Amino acid sequence: MTTPGTFAPRPGAAPLPRMIRAQAALETRMLLRNGEQLLLTVVIPTLLLVLFSTVDVVDTGDGKAVDFLAPGILALAVLSTAFTGQAIATGFDRRYGVLKRLGASPLPRWGLMAAKTASVLVTEVLQVVLLTVIAFALGWSPHGNPFAVLLLLVLGTAAFSGLGLLMAGTLKAEATLAAANLVFLLLLVGGGVIVPLDRFPDAARAVLELLPISALSDGLRDVLRDGAGMPWRDLGILAVWAVLGLGAAARFFRWE
Amino acid sequence: MRSAFPEDPRTPAVEVHGLVKRYGRKTAVDGLDLSVAAGTLTAVLGPNGAGKTTTVETCEGYRRPDAGTVRVLGLDPVADAATLRPRVGVMLQSGGIYSGARADEMLRHLAALHAHPLDVGMLIERLGLDSCGRTTYRRLSGGQQQRLSLAMAVVGRPELVFLDEPTAGLDPQARRATWDLVRELREDGVTVVLTTHHMEEAEELADDVAIIDAGRVIAQGSPEELCKGGAENTLRFTGRAGLDVASLLKALPADCAAVELTPGSYRVTGSVDPQLLATVTTWCAQHGVMPDRIAVERHTLEDVFLELTGKELRA
Repeated sequence: MTTPGTFAPRPGAAPLPRMIRAQAALETRMLLRNGEQLLLTVVIPTLLLVLFSTVDVVDTGDGKAVDFLAPGILALAVLSTAFTGQAIATGFDRRYGVLKRLGASPLPRWGLMAAKTASVLVTEVLQVVLLTVIAFALGWSPHGNPFAVLLLLVLGTAAFSGLGLLMAGTLKAEATLAAANLVFLLLLVGGGVIVPLDRFPDAARAVLELLPISALSDGLRDVLRDGAGMPWRDLGILAVWAVLGLGAAARFFRWE
Repeated sequence: MRSAFPEDPRTPAVEVHGLVKRYGRKTAVDGLDLSVAAGTLTAVLGPNGAGKTTTVETCEGYRRPDAGTVRVLGLDPVADAATLRPRVGVMLQSGGIYSGARADEMLRHLAALHAHPLDVGMLIERLGLDSCGRTTYRRLSGGQQQRLSLAMAVVGRPELVFLDEPTAGLDPQARRATWDLVRELREDGVTVVLTTHHMEEAEELADDVAIIDAGRVIAQGSPEELCKGGAENTLRFTGRAGLDVASLLKALPADCAAVELTPGSYRVTGSVDPQLLATVTTWCAQHGVMPDRIAVERHTLEDVFLELTGKELRA
């Protein structure tokens, strides 16, 4: 028995910033605790960066391999977290009724999405720090406008998040798991991450260049390797994907 | 400023009128009426597939009615969801928890979403979840998962809780712990709506029982009213074989029946009250009969349900 009156009603929602902070912290902990997610977001990008920078497997063109690879791997890191990781995690949250249950809590839906976004951004910051340190150790010498880099990363995150949430909110969790991993693999190979797009036939290249991963890796490479200004074309492609992806996710996402 | 609580304690906490909900061509709820008085514990009793979960989930704002009206704390569960969510506790029939979250972590999280949550440590201890330790949700036993889900429904100190089959799959001890907690909620003024297909649970806990079958409420009242309102009760006794049943019948009120079921085993049916019991024992005394194993059998909700629907509750 507990003291009478213990359960006496005293309802009320916590202040919104506190709710979103708590939700973002929980989402981030769930992500970092998940072994498969860490494999995807940390281990694979790190291994690819180290392996292809030190062993001459792919012809990355003139200059140091790491200068070609580091921007591509940063794009891959964004893909792994904002798209693959978020799609799989959200797909299973939906399947296990987590989204449904949170829908009955005082946290509004947009607050939940804000928290998920914050958790993706926190993970990306950790990835970028780790990969940058490793790339420097491998002799990376980046150039360019940090603001352009930031803008590319943010737009890339928006584009991939929209597509990831679209997948998680419409397919079954198992289908999302399979498809998100397959897409990750295909974009890794065909998105200019480790294989330069000019190795592909012209017709294929024209299509591949329109992929969000190609725009992100190409844009980052233009800035970080070649010291270009604002890569407007790549930013434009990412913006279109972001609008389409987030719009479709908002329209078709099913919470149960 | 409007009070967070209904001014009039008689204001129903939940009012459902003519609720219809279809899934494709299947009608899950078919013109259901339900009223839950504030501060009471109402059991929604019915077999699987009767429409219990659909009804509750409509009250929780998860589904829009195809017809009819639903009011929860005087508000529309869909349109006024933002106002209702902090005031209403929800226990889903299953799931709702991150598979990688620990019990205390998930409960602390729900607490953090509320302004004046219960003490999480106290709840964990009360529901025997302290043994879960660092185990993540997917590795908890079914009973532990159920109790965690219950704790999540109450941690925010709601006015009203919906518990969807809170004791399904629990062992007797865990069921007791859940019953004790649910009783305390009610004593502390929380309105409780729970679904169950265990009539003992409804009889044990509820002020009010709504019996649902095929998407409709077929009877509603206190367990006593429902049991009384059904057909007659039964009195059985054993004695010498071949007693004069016709003579016994003459001594009894007109609406009673008496038969010798097997030699020496008698059954009296009718409205069994202390007067009837006295009449039977007096008749036995007058005839030099020692009534052995005299037993009054009250109607259970199970019997009521069987009479109303011709179906077993746990079919």
